[in-house]
Amino acid sequence: MSTLTALSFAAEDSATMLGRELKHSVRLLRLLIVSAILVPVVMLLLFDYILGRTIGHGLGSAARGAPYVDFLVPGILILTVAGSCGPTAINVTLDMTGGFVDRIRTMAVTRGSLLAGHVGGSVLRTLVATTAITGVALLVGFRPKASVAGWLAVVGIVAAFSFALAWLSAAIGLVSKSVAGANGSTLPLQFLLPFLSSTFVPVDSMPAGVRWFAANQPFTAVVDSLRALLTGTPAGNTPYVALAWCAAIALVAYLWAQASFRRT
Amino acid sequence: MNAITDQATRAAVSVTGLRKAYGEKVVLEGVDLTIREGEIFALLGPNGAGKTTIVRILSTLIPADAGTATIMGYDVRGEAGAVRAVIGVTGQFSAVDDLLTGEENLLLIGRLLHLPATVRRERAFELLERFDLVDAARQTPATFSGGMKRRLDLAMTLMGRPRLIFLDEPTTGLDPRSRQTMWQIIRELVREGVTILLTTQYLDEADRLADRIAVLDHGHIVAEGTPEELKRRMPGAHIRLRFTDAASLAEAARELPESTRDDEQLVLRMPYERGIRSLRDMVARLGDDVAVEDLSIHTPDLDDVFFAVTGNVPKEETR
Repeated sequence: MSTLTALSFAAEDSATMLGRELKHSVRLLRLLIVSAILVPVVMLLLFDYILGRTIGHGLGSAARGAPYVDFLVPGILILTVAGSCGPTAINVTLDMTGGFVDRIRTMAVTRGSLLAGHVGGSVLRTLVATTAITGVALLVGFRPKASVAGWLAVVGIVAAFSFALAWLSAAIGLVSKSVAGANGSTLPLQFLLPFLSSTFVPVDSMPAGVRWFAANQPFTAVVDSLRALLTGTPAGNTPYVALAWCAAIALVAYLWAQASFRRT
Repeated sequence: MNAITDQATRAAVSVTGLRKAYGEKVVLEGVDLTIREGEIFALLGPNGAGKTTIVRILSTLIPADAGTATIMGYDVRGEAGAVRAVIGVTGQFSAVDDLLTGEENLLLIGRLLHLPATVRRERAFELLERFDLVDAARQTPATFSGGMKRRLDLAMTLMGRPRLIFLDEPTTGLDPRSRQTMWQIIRELVREGVTILLTTQYLDEADRLADRIAVLDHGHIVAEGTPEELKRRMPGAHIRLRFTDAASLAEAARELPESTRDDEQLVLRMPYERGIRSLRDMVARLGDDVAVEDLSIHTPDLDDVFFAVTGNVPKEETR
């Protein structure tokens, strides 16, 4: 087989797997709306209406005079991206523990197309969910001041972060022996790391021990760059730091996933 | 044409010295097999004998530790791509996609085989008809019976028109009717020229379907041949007498010294020669006082073969 045919088969197989993944998403639409959209929306409303006034007062100069919701929305978007880790890992584990992966392994299907389909599906689902959540945020008073280029950069960073976390989740799904294990292993990504970052409050307000970690971990770089872009304040080099994190996570997770896929 | 080459080219599967161990646990200890094109070959053995391991090695899923295996002349290790193009695998665990409808499952496989759109629609339609799945075409397997799921699974395997099909315990867990349907399907496939490697732990399944059987036990092939050849290896038929109490057993054993005695089951086994005369003679020798509870004539079946060659009691059929 020539390299060109191999490449076109790889593209075709990945597209087939992506199509399968999207069909799955449509079949599980109600479940997905709840987990990927409603949960983040409830978090948005809780933090904004219930906790927002107190947190807003405490923000001081970090809010730059804007209401807490403007500070909060970038964090909620990243929480949404992180929330997709569970379902992505679970989907991969389901394929691995069922007979599907053995079937395609005994066929001349391009290696890696299955994971590519999962990752692609995860990114697309996340983009739909974050768009819907941005719409709700606008309804409850979110007033972004981003330029068109700023919006494009926001979409790019959300997609890149989603891509990186999707590969990481796929790798976790590959090494997990059960669905419960797959979900459990992604919980630090879904909850712990977002809270230990500038998702809800600025890292300066955190205790000294946590502060260093929070200031230097990828979630903070991603949230800070989204926040700067959306509020139209100077972002400095944070977007580049964020993209570098995304690239590094995606690369390491990709290699981990490929190695685990070969081993199993 | 040279007879040896002729035979070699007609081998669908050729395996020599296959070994596999998982850590300390040796699963296959040097397996040799030849499966001719167009036959149903059954690998018969209890759970853990190594049947699935052989299927996984031959279907390119896992490498062997030692030995060689070729499928249609292609080496499973070095020419895995060519092997995959000629085989189809229906494994022990259902490989249908539960979120896709019956038809979508078939079309998905068609896409992964890079079949043109019209071909995959045609084949999907044919297979749905043939396997009585037309009603299931637009439903997801969640609503399917076990037999329907297994049929869809096999239909997916057939989308690629494989020349060699591995059926790993194709009827395990099926009800008797679904089992009959599956047997019928398997026979039809072979009539169309497909070669089948079947694994099973059910002796009657191997007996009814297979042209040749290899009995696998603890990673060794302990017997091989046609069902008839295997049965011929067994001692002749016998009459089995079961008694109500030990006293009757003891008395009957005195009267019939050529019989073998099983005290635990209160059973005597008498060699049986064809014809009613030997039976009448035996009954006359027993006399009126011996309480025989049950009498049966036992001709050797694969259970006996299995018992004789493995020393294992075969799995009781509970269906």
